[in-house]
Amino acid sequence: MSDTMRPETLDQLRDAVAWAVAEETPLEIVARGTKRTLGRTMQTDHTLDTSAFSGISLYEADELVMSAGPGTTLAEIESALAEQNQQLAFEPGDWGPLLGQPAGMGSIAGTFACNIAGPRRLKAGAARDHILGFKGVSGRGESYKSGSRVVKNVTGYDLPKLFCSAYGTLTVASELTFKVLPAPEKTYTVLVLGLDDEAAARAMALAMTSPHEVSAAAHLPSGIAAGSGVSYVREAGAGVTAIRVEGPGPSVEHRCRALRALLAGFGQVEELHTHNSLRFWRELADVVPFAARPDLQIWRISVAPLSGPAVAAALPDAAYYFDWAGGLVWLGLPPAPDAHADAVRAAVAATGGGHATLIRASADVRAAVPVFQPQHAALAALSRRVKEAFDPRGVLNPGRLYPGA
Amino acid sequence: MQMPEPDKAMLARRAEIVAALRDIVPGEGVIDAPEEMKAYESDGLTAYRTLPMIVVLPSTTAQVAAVLRYCHENKVKVVPRGAGTSLSGGALPLADGVLLGLGKFNRVLEIDYENRCAVVQPGVTNLGITNAVQDRGFYYAPDPSSQIACTIGGNVAENSGGVHCLKYGLTTNNVLGVEMVLIDGTILHIGGKHLDAEGYDLLGIIIGSEGLLGVVTEVTVRILQKPAVARAVLLGFPTSESAGNCVGAIIGAGIIPGGMEMMDRPAIHAAEDFVHAGYPRDVEALLIVELDGPAVEVDHLIERVAAIAADNGAVYNRVSQNEAERLNFWAGRKAAFPAVGRISPDYFCMDGTIPRRRLPEVLTRMTELSQQYGLGVANVFHAGDGNLHPLILYDANKPGELRKAEDFGADILRLCVEVGGVLTGEHGVGVEKRDLMPAMFTEIDLAQQQRLKCAFDPDGLLNPGKVFPQLHRCAELGRMHIHRGQVPFPDLPRF
Ligand SMILES: Cc1cc2nc3c(=O)[nH]c(=O)nc-3n(C[C@H](O)[C@H](O)[C@@H](O)COP(=O)(O)OP(=O)(O)OC[C@H]3O[C@@H](n4cnc5c(N)ncnc54)[C@H](O)[C@@H]3O)c2cc1C
Ligand SMILES: Cc1cc2nc3c(=O)[nH]c(=O)nc-3n(C[C@H](O)[C@H](O)[C@H](O)COP(=O)(O)OP(=O)(O)OC[C@H]3O[C@@H](n4cnc5c(N)ncnc54)[C@H](O)[C@@H]3O)c2cc1C
Repeated sequence: MSDTMRPETLDQLRDAVAWAVAEETPLEIVARGTKRTLGRTMQTDHTLDTSAFSGISLYEADELVMSAGPGTTLAEIESALAEQNQQLAFEPGDWGPLLGQPAGMGSIAGTFACNIAGPRRLKAGAARDHILGFKGVSGRGESYKSGSRVVKNVTGYDLPKLFCSAYGTLTVASELTFKVLPAPEKTYTVLVLGLDDEAAARAMALAMTSPHEVSAAAHLPSGIAAGSGVSYVREAGAGVTAIRVEGPGPSVEHRCRALRALLAGFGQVEELHTHNSLRFWRELADVVPFAARPDLQIWRISVAPLSGPAVAAALPDAAYYFDWAGGLVWLGLPPAPDAHADAVRAAVAATGGGHATLIRASADVRAAVPVFQPQHAALAALSRRVKEAFDPRGVLNPGRLYPGA
Repeated sequence: MQMPEPDKAMLARRAEIVAALRDIVPGEGVIDAPEEMKAYESDGLTAYRTLPMIVVLPSTTAQVAAVLRYCHENKVKVVPRGAGTSLSGGALPLADGVLLGLGKFNRVLEIDYENRCAVVQPGVTNLGITNAVQDRGFYYAPDPSSQIACTIGGNVAENSGGVHCLKYGLTTNNVLGVEMVLIDGTILHIGGKHLDAEGYDLLGIIIGSEGLLGVVTEVTVRILQKPAVARAVLLGFPTSESAGNCVGAIIGAGIIPGGMEMMDRPAIHAAEDFVHAGYPRDVEALLIVELDGPAVEVDHLIERVAAIAADNGAVYNRVSQNEAERLNFWAGRKAAFPAVGRISPDYFCMDGTIPRRRLPEVLTRMTELSQQYGLGVANVFHAGDGNLHPLILYDANKPGELRKAEDFGADILRLCVEVGGVLTGEHGVGVEKRDLMPAMFTEIDLAQQQRLKCAFDPDGLLNPGKVFPQLHRCAELGRMHIHRGQVPFPDLPRF
């Protein structure tokens, strides 16, 4: 049984946390609640719902800055930005359907707290690279702030970065301030058809090391490509390697031609124009290939770009595709009580470094299996001390990341 | 600026500490002769000087770990140092502390072109990274004006930027991983060749931590392919207001230039006198806007920028016709600090950031302050991101002028905070802005930052006296005042 508190003012928010501290009773922190199943399974008697802190409080397009309450939906933010031809450059996806939730409900707080980033991560950075500041309440029940509204700021530690990756375990935000950027005029995608994973990784590396400012590179093995809503991809009948360029029209057309020429030696080359490109990359940001496969347990793996194929090859039962030029492996496996965690992490370790996160599995599996990459002892100890620095009584989402954090 | 009183008991143990450090770092790696230590007595904030108790120059991570472990066990303070170009006194030594120089960590360890990263030691210079990868057309994007001298370790500690960071990001957006040694000698590996380290984003807080959390002994950076073409345009304006409006209009049109710098009249004149970059002398504000990318894109955007500038009242417009001319446009801007150094015996470089649209108002108030203090000021400005570098001109040999210059600087930074900006955009707090921190943060804000410091360095031995205006013991910071039963049961909507 979980009892929900829904504060409407910063004072109420602070009182709610201070009360939990005094009672030593842990809180589950939610904004819109679409990512509740992301992370280790927690035991909490009370829910702290921040959805009342909702709405855009500042948007200055020519200053490239926006502030919003934690409960503001990503959909609302994206539509306000679209009116000014702007966007969140880190291309956060809507993970609602992936996690069995409705689409369009994900919040801005969840997006930052879980450091979500889509295909443009490899050029523009993740949520962490776009947050500028926050206001909120620490696990000590004190309201405080960090960061600011300007892009260039080194005044004190960069606590906003720590907020992005904390999954709500350090601070409950009451307001977030972040950087916004112009949306590109045109988006084209060069498709190379029929490559195996290794050849695709080489093709993507070649594109990425060209001067053509590639803003995304992904490879879909044929089975995954066949599920795309974009006909050029769906009907390819083969693996599809996709390289994206964005910008002013003449530049995009030029770079698209140059990349087609550069990659022609790898296989048959096609292109997607803006409309199709937007649809295709949205599918990847939203992880549609696995939202459509509720039967699988889902892993998200980050490794060096050229190491992606080796991870997939080590797991023969997996369905998978690559983003971030091979460095991000989305992987689905038939359900198992241990979610194949040892095999997945052994595959990552064999590449020499990286991490694997169990994104979707049942509550009992997420209670039993380390959802986040286990850390070396020294790093784990430091992480626990960081948690204690913000939340000494363990009242904010305790245990969501690691035991004790 | 007050530094903590040197600890006499510690100074009395100097010989013993020197001997212990020599056991760890043999040969010339430990320096204790005052004349040899003089080279380390200050950094780029030259108004402040202190001889360290001892200088140690390790050359391996194991030595760094052993030095730190020894210092931790013996409660000896440690100040890490790269090239000593910090403008905020971050590397200012402590009279009762060890200065840990990383100059011997000067090797590029690995270049991995296909994964687009390089692994380097912290003492490699910023430009040294680009030099190591440029034969394959790559470069390391953040480019502080001090890039010939400053080290990547110092860049990590300060989260340094450069004129291209509007488009390509700061150090924090271009570092993938570090090896770092904690004060107790623990060696940590955070991140690597992959993106987004697992767990808490410790990399995010280590970058910009000004040497207070640990000593960085290895850095993995992203390297990028150089854009095919870069062209710059010089735009002159009759008022700083029209120049500021032009910057807003360029960004409003969806154009993010590779670089966008502004200089005011005194800075234009100083730079022009020094390097003869061909800047117009009869304008109040000069913009350098650089576009980079494929030639078709650059040509297209240069035209659009020129049109926007004309709409905003530009009276001067010159596009670089070749690479030499482009570099010449930049030469004036990049030499702005030394140029100002020629017209004034001393200068202070300030580093506030403001919301861009507040620029005209801030410049007006700065002119008033300049008259009030009787000290000149020249402005260079990373216009795209609102990072202002007022250079305050003074003469340290005139009694009271240093103090006056510091007060003037403090007023400027308070003004930046007042209009919604911050105390420092890229140079760090160090000792210079330490006592101004309460202008931006409450006691609770600062205590929370210091608790994070406690998680890394519970005895406060790493670079004490920097960043935080007051030193608190970690035990005191950790205390919680809980009034069980007295906290009002929150009167909240529940369901
Ligand atoms: C012959 C033909 C070929 C097409 N090829 C592709 C393709 O390879 N990939 C894809 O995603 N869509 C293709 N389309 C579909 C078409 O580009 C989109 O449906 C159209 O709506 C473009 O809008 P946009 O905003 O997506 O593209 P924008 O980014 O605005 O690009 C428009 C570009 O599409 C191309 N285009 C549009 N119509 C034609 C045409 N009649 N003949 C040749 N080129 C055209 C031109 O290069 C034009 O510059 C093609 C259409 C036609 C009739
Ligand atoms: C002429 C001039 C122009 C400049 N232009 C710019 C500019 O455009 N942009 C900009 O951002 N800065 C600029 N700076 C400031 C300065 O160059 C940067 O802050 C630079 O990053 C400092 O590097 P450094 O190696 O000199 O570090 P140092 O000055 O030696 O040290 C700086 C800080 O880093 C810490 N530190 C150094 N190495 C390590 C390590 N390995 N591990 C942990 N901590 C460490 C020190 O303790 C200190 O706190 C300029 C300085 C000058 C003199």
